[in-house]
Amino acid sequence: MITLRVKKKLLSADGPIGLDVDVQLHGPEIVTLFGPSGAGKTSILRMVAGLMDPDEGYIEVNNDVWFDSKNGINKPVQDRQISFVFQDQNLFPHMTVEENLRYALGDKKDGHLIIDFLKMVDLAALKSQRPHMLSFGQRQRVALIRALLRKPKIFLLDEPLSSLDVPLRLKLQDDILALHRKFEVPTIFVTHDLSETFKLSQQILFLEQGKISKSGKPSDIFGDGLSGKFKFVGSILELVREGFLFIVTIQIGQNLTKVVATEDEIKGINIGDRVIVSAKAFNPIILKI
Amino acid sequence: MTMDFNPLVLTFKLAAVTTLVLVVLGVPLAYWVAFTSSRWKYFVEPLISMPLVLPPTVLGFYILLLFSPRSFLGNFLETFFHIKVVFTFLGLLIGSVLFSLPFMVNPIKAGFQSFPKSLMEASYVLGKSKRETLFKVILPNMKPALWTGIVMAFAHTVGEFGVVLMIGGNIPGETRVASIAIFDNVEALRYADANAYSIVLISISFVMLFVLNFINRKDFKVIG
Repeated sequence: MITLRVKKKLLSADGPIGLDVDVQLHGPEIVTLFGPSGAGKTSILRMVAGLMDPDEGYIEVNNDVWFDSKNGINKPVQDRQISFVFQDQNLFPHMTVEENLRYALGDKKDGHLIIDFLKMVDLAALKSQRPHMLSFGQRQRVALIRALLRKPKIFLLDEPLSSLDVPLRLKLQDDILALHRKFEVPTIFVTHDLSETFKLSQQILFLEQGKISKSGKPSDIFGDGLSGKFKFVGSILELVREGFLFIVTIQIGQNLTKVVATEDEIKGINIGDRVIVSAKAFNPIILKI
Repeated sequence: MTMDFNPLVLTFKLAAVTTLVLVVLGVPLAYWVAFTSSRWKYFVEPLISMPLVLPPTVLGFYILLLFSPRSFLGNFLETFFHIKVVFTFLGLLIGSVLFSLPFMVNPIKAGFQSFPKSLMEASYVLGKSKRETLFKVILPNMKPALWTGIVMAFAHTVGEFGVVLMIGGNIPGETRVASIAIFDNVEALRYADANAYSIVLISISFVMLFVLNFINRKDFKVIG
């Protein structure tokens, strides 16, 4: 079990925010920290890792206190037995893939693990290559297994797939799921990608302005009680009044959609807001293109 | 003309030992200055760079005063340890180390400061100590900065004159380095001798700087 209670003043692009989080995480599930940029997601991850100190708070992982501002406990990052995968700049450029993994393993004797792990992500053939010879996706896969070689108590991923294109992203999401099923390590995954959240996590912590505004299963949080037959997430581009109705222009993926709404329905919705578009009463028509 | 090679040998011996001492002192000092949050660094940084702006004679003068047999420290070292600093090779070494300090520390400090923090953190989260990270991750990835420090400190020591003259004087085989020998020969109107030493210094300095540029270009390609 993980207890995470931290407070810290942060400077974001939109001015100072007070990060204030109090959660308990159970079991070896993947928890997603979801939210807009600058909400404090990465900061929370870095505080769990010991790369950033909270102003005050308490962090406990499996009955082991890592941080306790009241009693002056602050375990250094090296002693926390975590694994952390960053957005980029993960691998050491002067070491080969195999040397990178060996460095993570340290003096432990189980060197055969390196090849086993490389085979798990189909990279055994590249073990003697330096990172700059690898594609970004391959590098991130090496970073994933390098992190897991340590047998961590908690696995922290800071938007590790955000620089990848969609097909590769899907492949690596599968890899992360497979690795998680195999090792069953409690995992905190930071992302601002909604589909990633749905695919990977059993629990979501929705972070806004440094506070957890919602938490629960992905469908609970993003469904808002709707039992829609189909749903898309988009963002509002335009609100135009047409008589007593409004024409709302919404961008869903790369497509623009116009939806009619009443004044009541768009109350509180502004341009730029992220919304769910769903149809309930009618079946959508499917046309071949 | 018979050329006395002693001054040249002494010059390169001094430069080599100075560089070695500076690597041992300079890397930890540069690391401290680059990463510490202590306020002391605002005093230490200008001190390191002082030899860049001061006439070498100023540094030489104070080292001379500090270690002269009449000073407390000089007297103490000589009485209890039989160590003479002034007009000895050791004196030259101390002066050279201080005088070439910025040439070693500044490039390495810049190397540390521009080193990607995420790579250091990637090592820390793997459970590696700061020391292990320094030796296994940071230093191997900033060879250009290290080589720049090493070559600049070496070359600068070879080219040193004022400090050496103040502290070492002109004792053949002990403190008579090439730059002093050139000055001495010119004063005695032995231009051919002065020329010979000068050409050797020019050639070696050029080769060192040429090799430095070459190493840097190659290394940057590998890392970038």
